[in-house]
Amino acid sequence: MSAAKNININLKIWRQKNASSKGSMETYKLDNVSTASSFLEMLDQLNEQLVNEKKEPVAFDHDCREGICGMCSLYINGRAHGPDTGITTCQLHMRMFNDGDTIYIEPWRSKAFPVIKDLVVDRSAFDRIQQAGGFVSVNTSGNTIDANSIPVPKDDADKAFMAAACIGCGACVATCKNGSAMLFVGAKVSQYALLPQGKVEATQRVLNMVRQMDEEGFGNCTNTGACEIECPKGISLENIARMNREFLKASVK
Amino acid sequence: MALTGLFLCLFLAGHLAGNLQLIFGTSLQFNEYALFMTTNPAVKILSYLTYISILFHAIDGILLTFQNKAARPIGYAKTDGSSSSFASRNMAVLGTIILVFIVTHMVNFWAKMHFDESMPLQETVVESPMGELTLYNTVNGSYVNKEAVEVRNVTDFYDPQLNLKVGQGYKDLHKITFEFFKDEKFGLIFTLGYVLAMLAMAFHLWHGFQSAFQSLGATGSKLTPAIKLFGKLFSVIVPLLFAIIPIYIHFSK
Repeated sequence: MSAAKNININLKIWRQKNASSKGSMETYKLDNVSTASSFLEMLDQLNEQLVNEKKEPVAFDHDCREGICGMCSLYINGRAHGPDTGITTCQLHMRMFNDGDTIYIEPWRSKAFPVIKDLVVDRSAFDRIQQAGGFVSVNTSGNTIDANSIPVPKDDADKAFMAAACIGCGACVATCKNGSAMLFVGAKVSQYALLPQGKVEATQRVLNMVRQMDEEGFGNCTNTGACEIECPKGISLENIARMNREFLKASVK
Repeated sequence: MALTGLFLCLFLAGHLAGNLQLIFGTSLQFNEYALFMTTNPAVKILSYLTYISILFHAIDGILLTFQNKAARPIGYAKTDGSSSSFASRNMAVLGTIILVFIVTHMVNFWAKMHFDESMPLQETVVESPMGELTLYNTVNGSYVNKEAVEVRNVTDFYDPQLNLKVGQGYKDLHKITFEFFKDEKFGLIFTLGYVLAMLAMAFHLWHGFQSAFQSLGATGSKLTPAIKLFGKLFSVIVPLLFAIIPIYIHFSK
């Protein structure tokens, strides 16, 4: 890896005062950005500059900054989480950019993810989908069976684990030309459909979660596969197919 | 979309087999086939299924497109198409081109075959002692002298003196097709239009074929690669063979 250097960049960032204001793309110039810094650190640097200039800093979502929480979003240069694969925005580094680059930064665009401020969007639609069926009802009155005492085929366990890797960041929705949440819901449905614990409520789960997904205003899946490419956790399209199977099965029951 | 799409793929294969007789069969063979296709009751049922499929596929597609557009009211300032294929992103446009083609195609051939009162009939020219003699072919394999009969109800041959039906002829769809693509003024444009429509069809199928199986949840580690391979072969070979026919006709002597 080459040594870190400093670059000067131009930023075009979506600024929107609040949920009801119109918003527009604003241009900023930021000098001396270390290529070793992460994308979010670059935004911190910009905000510092804005604060020093007595301007409103750019609001953006972030939390763990280690690629696990799913909080950071950002549509960077036309791609969810920017120009790299298998990463969240906090894992994107400025070494992916060159001196003099113009970088577009936009919020997730979806009717179901309204902008709260600048680059921050409301992803509670995902929470409501989860609440509609993304759980198993377990009796916790003291006689809970240890999960490990129920045998699960290794292959199923692996697939369920891969589906459970979804961090609910919404990159799938952001990148999908239809604003569809099928990869997210597919992962959540699959995670339980593959395990014996999830079988009990399988029928209601898929019907309820899909209904909630549609009510939230997400688009339909046309299998472009962009979600799978942009997913930071590598959730596969196979999960959407599994959800489709579960949905068909549940619909004819 | 998936079910109607797959049924239409079957239709395409059948239609292609019929069309290839324009290259590999005689004019009589093709017209016999055309008569069978317009009169056989089983084919009638299939043809109605096809009309319904085309209609549902188109209406469903239009509704999906509107819903999906509504799922992202504000678009991105910058987009990058690298995470999905051209075909998958443009199914609605490709479908519209195909629909326009189907309408013109039906006006040019289907409507003529069904409703044109002045359809030419299959003829055979023979050498006789009196010189060249033009005969009409009849559907039971015999011939009637063109000069000696009167044509009524498009295809019925009547003896003008006896006022009796002496036979029934074949509508010459073969001639109509050849004249259409060999037309001095517009033949080349019609041929090019047909080829372009087949190009749109190829892209539509490139994404659509495998996409239908994904939507139905018919996926698997062995099944999916096989479907994808078959779909790609189908989407190249079928439109290519369709497109070769008008080119062959246009340049035939």
